[in-house]
Amino acid sequence: MKVPTMAEMSAQGKHPEVLFWVGCAGSFDDRAKKITKAFVKILNKANVAFAVLGTEESCSGDPAKRAGNEFLFQMQAMTNIEVLNAYEIKKIVTACPHCFNTLKNEYPQLGGNYEVVHHTELLKSLLDDGRLTIEGGKFKGKRITFHDPCYLGRANNVYEAPRDLIQKLDVELVEMKRCKTNGLCCGAGGAQMFKEPENGNKDINVERTEEAIEVQPNIIATGCPFCNTMLTDGVKATEKEDTIEVLDIAELIANAEDL
Amino acid sequence: MNYIDNILFAVLLFLGIGFFIRNIKKISRNIKLGKIVDRSDRKKNRLKNMVMIALGQSKMVKRPISGILHIIVYVGFIIINIEVIEIIIDGLFGTHRVLRFLGGFYSFLIGSFEILAFLVLVSVIVFWIRRMVLRIPRFWNKEMKGFPKNDALYILYFEMILMSLFLLMNATDVPFQQVNAGNPISQFLVPFFENFNAGTLFLIERSAWWLHIIGVLIFLNYLYYSKHLHILLAFPNTYFANLNPIGQLTNLEAVTNEVKLMMDPTADPFASAPEGSEDEVLGKFGASDVTDLNWVQLMNAYTCTECGRCTSSCPANLTGKELSPRAIMMKTRDRLEEVGKNIDKNGEFKDDGKQLLNDYIAPEELWACTSCNACVEECPVNIDPLSIIMDMRRYLVMEQSAASPELNMMMTNIENNGAPWQYNQMDRLNWKDE
Repeated sequence: MKVPTMAEMSAQGKHPEVLFWVGCAGSFDDRAKKITKAFVKILNKANVAFAVLGTEESCSGDPAKRAGNEFLFQMQAMTNIEVLNAYEIKKIVTACPHCFNTLKNEYPQLGGNYEVVHHTELLKSLLDDGRLTIEGGKFKGKRITFHDPCYLGRANNVYEAPRDLIQKLDVELVEMKRCKTNGLCCGAGGAQMFKEPENGNKDINVERTEEAIEVQPNIIATGCPFCNTMLTDGVKATEKEDTIEVLDIAELIANAEDL
Repeated sequence: MNYIDNILFAVLLFLGIGFFIRNIKKISRNIKLGKIVDRSDRKKNRLKNMVMIALGQSKMVKRPISGILHIIVYVGFIIINIEVIEIIIDGLFGTHRVLRFLGGFYSFLIGSFEILAFLVLVSVIVFWIRRMVLRIPRFWNKEMKGFPKNDALYILYFEMILMSLFLLMNATDVPFQQVNAGNPISQFLVPFFENFNAGTLFLIERSAWWLHIIGVLIFLNYLYYSKHLHILLAFPNTYFANLNPIGQLTNLEAVTNEVKLMMDPTADPFASAPEGSEDEVLGKFGASDVTDLNWVQLMNAYTCTECGRCTSSCPANLTGKELSPRAIMMKTRDRLEEVGKNIDKNGEFKDDGKQLLNDYIAPEELWACTSCNACVEECPVNIDPLSIIMDMRRYLVMEQSAASPELNMMMTNIENNGAPWQYNQMDRLNWKDE
């Protein structure tokens, strides 16, 4: 797999079209790493001159900020901004809506100004520019529902790019009762991913998964590594793992063609 | 001539409006207890939001049934109040239906008021049924016990009575009915009073007239004690609401300065702060009491009408957690009222050993939030409960180090190895070869 780092590129005096911000989940979480690789395969296939920061990347600071630790967030942000600015990065793509939101909306005040896009937005523009073709392949005719990640949808109004991509797969896109601006959180945001939920009568991811099950999908698609984990757990908790798969949009596109 | 009526009316009007102004001043003083936040930018966008969201009710119709019923009550309320102008003139000068000289237009006006009054009456009854018979869950959450529940009912009863009095007043006004114009609703009430003699009818008409205007004045003054302030505050609240993307949390400037200093290799760690610099008066981080919140957050608290759309869409609340975004707003207002009363009594705020955190809002509520922004999206008047939750989390973490062990572990990991889990930063690209 061709994954050039910024350090290598810059040593060769080259500049990437776009920096792929992998994020912590995409780098370390076994499930999310598959999404990372699927996305890289598509980038390579579409001949996108991308690079990653590799070992120079560090947590965007999102979970720290949302846990209330503004100090830690700003230290992370400023360190990352120093690296990004040193490489004169102009455009960033990421497959994590949390990194996406933080880099896009919270870095500018600290001196980090970049064009930041979510991977579904980049894939959509590659498709529109004719650099990428999408075929249904093995997913043709499947019933797919899309779970809107809060930090992609409500926080940044990206609702159509992921849906447009799904529809290119010749599948049946079905909407859950609560979708788009009304989408229900998977339960991971605001640093919840890293703690046990407070006392209640149900887990949020189970509530959301049940809502997905109501529309009887073969696949629950999403665009966030944390939503992916939460919904995968939800599918297990409701004992539907034999009939329902949870996949990222990048995986849908890459797997359809067996990349 | 008998001037007692007119004098009595003038006194009532003076008292009613006087008390109302006093209450408005109190609210304004309390809101100003909040920290300064500049919302004077992007005036066009702000105006547009106010026109669309407050005046145009655009977010209300997201839930069509309650939205449309609310628009009827809202339009009815504004338009029927034109009638109050006539009532005031009549009351002060002893005239009767002084605007009658407008002729056909007057009939048209009163006729429209009657139709609206009827529609409002029907809507308010439906509201009551939704609350008390259908028992829509968002009206029955934990925080809606006691006064909040009764408050909502009082307001509905008030509106029912005011509308009924208006129609009754018209129905028993014999000369008005004789003209038989502008009475599309009240004409159907006339048969009920067929056997009444002129004196009784006059008495009923006068009573309805008096009770109506007294009711309006009482309602005006009840606002301050009720959840109903949104009829006024919805406008400034939507105007001054946050215009940044809702995913963007505020940047703490004071922290930025500290972090810059920490990261600057040329900084002298032992240098004393330059005189008059803000380091000397470095305030606390985050919010533990209402005075740590900004004035827009405090205005939010007064604006909240406790409709519960936020809470009914909150993932934490839906799954039985303690958090309710509506309760966050209600508790903020309760504490702000308490602080206000403290100031009224003592001239300035005297420490009462209480604060918003713990005494009103428990950490358990704050930690249940997923920051998903569903509450912010839902609010028909752009209240932002999430900003209060985040400011209070900041206090818990930065001032009290009171995060849970798991969250502390996550933060330690980020600090030490640049990821929320315990992986080595040097392994960040390992996935490439796996």
